[in-house]
Amino acid sequence: MNTLRRNVLKGAGSAGAVAVAVAAGLLKPTQALAEWNKAAFEAKNVGDAMKGLGAGAPADSKDITIKAPDIAENGAVVPVEVSSSIAGTTNIAIFAEKNGTPLVGNYALSGGAQGYVSTRIKMGATSLVRAVVTAGGKTYTAAKEVKVTIGGCGG
Amino acid sequence: MAEPMKIRATMAGDVADVKVLMNHPMETGQRKDAKTGQLVPALFIQDVVATVNGTAVMTANFGTGISKNPYLGFKVKGAKVGDKVSVSWVDNTGDKTSAEAAVA
Repeated sequence: MNTLRRNVLKGAGSAGAVAVAVAAGLLKPTQALAEWNKAAFEAKNVGDAMKGLGAGAPADSKDITIKAPDIAENGAVVPVEVSSSIAGTTNIAIFAEKNGTPLVGNYALSGGAQGYVSTRIKMGATSLVRAVVTAGGKTYTAAKEVKVTIGGCGG
Repeated sequence: MAEPMKIRATMAGDVADVKVLMNHPMETGQRKDAKTGQLVPALFIQDVVATVNGTAVMTANFGTGISKNPYLGFKVKGAKVGDKVSVSWVDNTGDKTSAEAAVA
């Protein structure tokens, strides 16, 4: 066991609170890297992952658009675009609900960044792709189903 | 391991459209090596920070569910042609890379 690695992981866990403070706009993330939220990223289901991010019960919103293919032939590369027209969007999190660890990415926006994130994700099986948007201290969510014909998590 | 990444930033109205292509294997730690049958250890980008003229516009955390050679697109309002876009990432082993590009 590599002790340095252990310490790094430990540090990441305890620093989760910092990330929450950054997301809430309490801290200005000018220099500091966003701390990796271990609890949320290693959670095995969507509920726990959301709790880890401090987004307990988000409200459904029609102002969030998820652009993803209806059928993804290759689960290893699924293009996903999330746009939020909610004013004051400060954070976007993307989940693939059936993945072993559903939280895929968490994006904190600041300094003129618009409520938009585009990325490519891996999906293990057909499931909902869910976006959770934080705006003005409240959380909103929307989801879109993507059918996967070949899973991308086993390799 | 630290290979370069590509950044392209173009103006569309008063919004800069930034596209970043990183170069990284993004191993989940669950895949088995076809030859040895051993698990390939996890190796993935954890933290990404993007700045425009030194002001942070996005601090992202990636999980293992982001595809190999991650693509990241975002939009920044109020940016101007010539503004400096800088992106850096750190992976779970502490390996890091950063790159810069000007808004065109």
